[in-house]
Amino acid sequence: MNANNSFWDRVTHGQPLWDESHSVLLSGTGRPDPKPRSARRRSTRGRVRLALKLYQLFTILTGIFLMAALCAAIVQLPAFGDESAPTNNEVSQRYVEQGMVETGATNTVAGMILDYRAFDTFGESIVLFCATFCVSFLMRHSRKPDALCDKSQDKLLQITVNILFPFVALYGVYVVLNGHLSPGGGFSGGAILGAGLILLAASYGESSIAKILSPRVVTYLSVGSLSIYAALKGFSFYSGANHLNLDISKGTPGTILSAGFILPLNCCVGIIVACTVYSFFSLFAPHDSYD
Amino acid sequence: MIVLETLLLFFLIISALCTVLIHRLLSAVILFMTYSSFMSIVWVLLRSADLAITEAAVGAGITSVLFFATLRGIDALEGVDQLERK
Repeated sequence: MNANNSFWDRVTHGQPLWDESHSVLLSGTGRPDPKPRSARRRSTRGRVRLALKLYQLFTILTGIFLMAALCAAIVQLPAFGDESAPTNNEVSQRYVEQGMVETGATNTVAGMILDYRAFDTFGESIVLFCATFCVSFLMRHSRKPDALCDKSQDKLLQITVNILFPFVALYGVYVVLNGHLSPGGGFSGGAILGAGLILLAASYGESSIAKILSPRVVTYLSVGSLSIYAALKGFSFYSGANHLNLDISKGTPGTILSAGFILPLNCCVGIIVACTVYSFFSLFAPHDSYD
Repeated sequence: MIVLETLLLFFLIISALCTVLIHRLLSAVILFMTYSSFMSIVWVLLRSADLAITEAAVGAGITSVLFFATLRGIDALEGVDQLERK
C-alpha cells in the first residue's frame, strides 16, 4: 500500500494525514516531513488546506440552500384546518366509495398506497434503500471480529429455530401475498420476514447464513426489486402518461390473483424491507473472525 | 372498552416515562419493547390493523433486536459482564 509513498496515496487509502498535534503534514511513510520549509511542500500543504476549506464552504452553502428551499416550500402550504385544503376535498370520499371498483383490491389502504399513490410508496422504498446504502458505506471498515462470538453455539436455540423459522417465514410470505385482501401488505410482511432472517442469523451465526444470503445477494435483491417497482409504476412519468401494457387484469375482488399491479408491487416492497432489515442486523451484529 | 383504552394509555405513558428515566440500559430497551407492544394494541383499538401488524413486527421484532445487538457491541449487557468477571 505504501508502494508510491506519495501524499495522495495516503489520502486515497484512508491513512492519517496529520500527526497528533494536527500541525505537521505527514509524508508517505507516516513520519513528519523532514524538510517542512521547502517551497514545493509548502505549496502542497497550502493547496490541501485550500481544498479542505473550499469543501467545508461548499458543504455549508449547500446546507443553507437546502434549508432555504424547504422553508420556501413550507410557507406556501395551506393553513391548518383550511376548508379548501387538499385533505378536505372530495378525493378521500372517492377513494372510499370507488376504491374497490377502480383498483380491484378489497383492502382499501393497499389500493390507495399501491395504486392511487404508488409513486409515494416508491419514494418510501427509496428512503429505505438509501438508509441501507449510507449505513453500509459508513460501516465498511469498522467491522472488527468479536472475541465473544465463539463457534460452539447454543444447541437449544438452534433446535428451537429449526422448528420456529418455517412458520415465521410462511407467515411473512402470507402477509405479503394477501396485502390486497386483508390487512398487511408489503411493509408488514417484509418486516416479519426480516425478523425471521434475523432470528436465523442470530442462532446459526452469520457466516453460515452468508453462504446463501451473502451481502452481495442481499444488495442484488433490493436493487432488483426497486428497479422492478420503478419500471412498473414510474413508467407513466417518462412516457407521457402511457402505462405499461402488461395486461394484468383486475380480476374479481376477493381472489388472490386480482387487483392488477398490486400483487407484484407488494412482493417488491416486501423483498426490499426484508433485505433492509437483514442488512442492518448483519452490519451491526457481532461476527466471528472468519470474515 | 373505554376502561381498556384508558388503561392502555396509562401504561403507554408510564412505560415511556420509565424508558427515559431508568438508569440500566438493558431495562430501558425492554421497556421500549413494551411500549411498542402496547402501541400495537392501541392501533387495533383504533381499527387500523395494517399499523398494528407493522408496529408489532418492527417494534418488538426488529428495533429491539438491533438495540440488543448495539448493547452487546458496547458491552452494556450486564449479564454478560457478570459472567466475565468470574
